[in-house]
Amino acid sequence: MSRPEDTLQADIHYDDVEARKYTTSSRIKNIQASMTQRALELLDLQEPSFILDVGCGSGLSGEILSEVPEDEGGPHVWVGMDISASMLDVALQRDVEGDLLLADIGQGVPFRAGTFDAAISISAIQWLCNAETSETSPAGRLSRFFNGLYMSLKRGGRAVCQFYPKNDVQRHMITNAAVKAGFGAGILEDDPETKNMKVYLVLTAGGSAASGDITGVVDGMDGVDVLDSRKKSPKAGKGEIKKGSKIWIIKKKEQMERKGKIVKATTKYTGRKRRVQF
Amino acid sequence: MKVLTLNFLTCAVKACKSSNDSFPLHPKDAELAHDDIEINSQLLVNVLPRIDWTALRTTSTELGFPELPEQPPTAETLEADEAMLKELHTLLLETQMMEGKLVCGHCGHEYAVREGIANFLLPSHLV
Repeated sequence: MSRPEDTLQADIHYDDVEARKYTTSSRIKNIQASMTQRALELLDLQEPSFILDVGCGSGLSGEILSEVPEDEGGPHVWVGMDISASMLDVALQRDVEGDLLLADIGQGVPFRAGTFDAAISISAIQWLCNAETSETSPAGRLSRFFNGLYMSLKRGGRAVCQFYPKNDVQRHMITNAAVKAGFGAGILEDDPETKNMKVYLVLTAGGSAASGDITGVVDGMDGVDVLDSRKKSPKAGKGEIKKGSKIWIIKKKEQMERKGKIVKATTKYTGRKRRVQF
Repeated sequence: MKVLTLNFLTCAVKACKSSNDSFPLHPKDAELAHDDIEINSQLLVNVLPRIDWTALRTTSTELGFPELPEQPPTAETLEADEAMLKELHTLLLETQMMEGKLVCGHCGHEYAVREGIANFLLPSHLV
């Protein structure tokens, strides 16, 4: 499937036609809604909060924030930022409750320190990896965004950003930028290794250094494996894995499998030499 | 745009980050509207400590509202005093700035507000 990020800038891609299509498509609506619910679950807000919606678009996710019932800690008040004027126009017509800002998140977050209880972003931050002019670079845009976000969150505040990384490089670039800004960062994958995989970048601004999981979000959640890249396994670090070795082959096979390729099962014969026949 | 949001917005220009004058932004030629929103006392108590009271006093005088008391109410007095809660709710959440400009006190940059949406896009040399 083609990625809109590869062809155009966000503000040009989401013109009037595209913005309307995006907001009226029931498929997109459902996906957005379920991702917002998941993000809210990860934020774990106990009381009505002031939330930043990054890349709010037509307010599909914001609507859900305003509708959280009282017994689940809502309703929240939110402020949305988006670069596409057409998207915001649709949001106006749909009469969303939050405040809207026309702003480029790659230029920073124009709020004073400690403004928000939490931040949420649905399918937006991968756009930061595109820089169309020579004056900006993806790295610069990412660092301005995460620095701004870190500032504008209150201490102990959380941010959950769902995004579609193009590849592992982009994923690392985004995570590293968040860590550099000072966040405790973790990535949560829903339905890993399937077509419907959803990647959530969970960020904590200051606060707890809980054991196992730095973000403290998945505490007590079922079916979640915590992989911490800071804790290196004793094997790793002793030089590179030798190309052509059994470990190397298995690693490559796993990589291919993750990409959805058909891979032959690993057996005791994997990586063995074919001896000369006699 | 709600007055609550106005109390948190700063100038986005890079050179203004270190200046004290870049907050609060000063509304100019503001057209206001009133929007009925259900009162949410828990939220108000929650955001109260984060509100910059001096900035809120400046903004509300600039928007033409009667002057606010010098000291912010504490969470307890706010919870007990329903009239004050209502007033604060009307000012912070129900009052909307629909048209006008927001002016930075440091660099003088004007952010246009149209239909309640502020335009914070900057030319690249200011980022």
